[in-house]
Amino acid sequence: MAALSRGAGRRLPWARTVFWLYVATLMLPVLWMFLMSIRPNEDILGSFSLIPQRVTFDNYATFFSDSSWYSSYLNSIVYTSMNAVMSLVVALPAAYAFSRFRFAGDKHLFFWLLTNRMAPPAVFLLPFFQIYQSVGLFDTHLGVAIAHMLFNVPLAVWILEGFMSGIPREIDETAAIDGYSLPRFFIRIFLPMIRSAIGVTLFFCFMFSWVELLIARTITSVNAKPIAATMTRTVSAAGVDWGLLATAGVLTIVPGAIVIWFVRNYIAKGFTMGRV
Amino acid sequence: MTEVQEEPRADLKRKSNRAWLLVLPVVVSVAFTAVIPLMTVVNFSVQDVFSPSDRIFVGLEWFRSISRDPEVRSAFVRTLLFSAQVLLLEIPLGVAIAVCMPRRGVWVSVALVLVALPLLIPWNVVGTIWQIFARGDIGLGGWAINNVLGVNFNYTLDSTDAWVTVLLMDVWHWTPLVVLLAYAGLRSIPEPYFRAAQIDGASAWATFRHIQLPRLRGVLTIAILLRFMDSFMIYTEPFVVTGGGPGNATSFLSILLSKIAVGQFDLGPAGAFSLLYFLIVQILCYVFFTVLTRSGR
Repeated sequence: MAALSRGAGRRLPWARTVFWLYVATLMLPVLWMFLMSIRPNEDILGSFSLIPQRVTFDNYATFFSDSSWYSSYLNSIVYTSMNAVMSLVVALPAAYAFSRFRFAGDKHLFFWLLTNRMAPPAVFLLPFFQIYQSVGLFDTHLGVAIAHMLFNVPLAVWILEGFMSGIPREIDETAAIDGYSLPRFFIRIFLPMIRSAIGVTLFFCFMFSWVELLIARTITSVNAKPIAATMTRTVSAAGVDWGLLATAGVLTIVPGAIVIWFVRNYIAKGFTMGRV
Repeated sequence: MTEVQEEPRADLKRKSNRAWLLVLPVVVSVAFTAVIPLMTVVNFSVQDVFSPSDRIFVGLEWFRSISRDPEVRSAFVRTLLFSAQVLLLEIPLGVAIAVCMPRRGVWVSVALVLVALPLLIPWNVVGTIWQIFARGDIGLGGWAINNVLGVNFNYTLDSTDAWVTVLLMDVWHWTPLVVLLAYAGLRSIPEPYFRAAQIDGASAWATFRHIQLPRLRGVLTIAILLRFMDSFMIYTEPFVVTGGGPGNATSFLSILLSKIAVGQFDLGPAGAFSLLYFLIVQILCYVFFTVLTRSGR
């Protein structure tokens, strides 16, 4: 019985090897970034060496003592978290509607939502700048969080709809017969069933908002300036400060890694049938 | 083998216009962030803008000149080729890795975090890291290609090498997205399906082909479309690594567009360009979307 309850099918004998080889390859550029962050600049550009000749933590010290670095880091964390939660909250009911009901214009609306992810940002920048200044959202965390809903809400609706449609409709009907109201069914039964989708959605919203640079930079100046914008300013008279840039790069991985650590169980567990 | 994957059919959906209420928050939020800026771009595209107060209506003039520009046309072909290669490499690789991923124990968490790491680096930093990583003299990747594989590789001089560098960077950066989506999709397959397959004595390949793959269709549609539109609009990473060069080897549509919009500040042509661009992405996505959601139904 133990072998039968294994979950997602049989494992191939070499699957483990293939996977960890892939992860090792994936880690090489990250490792390189880390090695750059603990080396002085002249060593980075000097000559090739796998192991750093001189190890320094000056770059990390600079990052945590310079307020323009660490405050922009915090800004990014604040607006990214706001965006992820807001996107999920508006997307959940919409995704449910798309997966369960037919209504006037549903297919067109769904595709129209997707198209908003296809807009080239370069020319949207000027309109964004003008609108956000006129409504008083310029240089606020809320402003960036709302702006990033442009591409995260469609994505969230889309991912959630994909997963919800995979869940048999009989479950809704059984719950209705058992006397569950729609909101109660949604929160008590349906949400736990799609937790892998919620985990993935939260992570993707966090991720896309975290790495976005162009829009976030355009609609902020000081108070809500993102970390990625601070990174573009490492060019000084002496050239690019590679070590500091790599340090910031290493540190930008940390919050997302924490997020995925928290949602990992949602992603990995999936759902089991017969909960109703 | 027992057929277990009966998809819920679209025509079983209940008809209810009250569902509009559930969609309303999304419509409002997207209208604010998308529709209003888009109107401004439409406005730009039909005018010659000298200053905010000084502009002339020129009709479809910009659309005509942009669509006839040979530079735009070659950038379009280049971008299309790039997206096609990205999809052909990343989708099969991502699914294969997701299937191979561990499913129980502590290693699941470690594997998820490690796979997600490349996605979390801001795009400009991804470009910067690869700019050094792929260099033959001081970067691990370029050094390995030159000295271990014995190939003379220099992405700043050779246009093929530049293309390969940008492509490899994209595969490195974005395959994890396909892996995570496919993995979550695999995890949401109800267990009785596998039990049934196991009792029937299905081979690993048969299980994959008849249970996992059909069930992954929804998730893979997302992955394919997402990778298509993002690779078709790729900007920051190739801009940082190669700046579009050498020559025009890696100047994609987006790089050309921002040259016009930000570099020359020609708002009219840039508006027309981005609307055409937007339209092309939409048409291609619509084709993909229709094919992917109809197949197998």
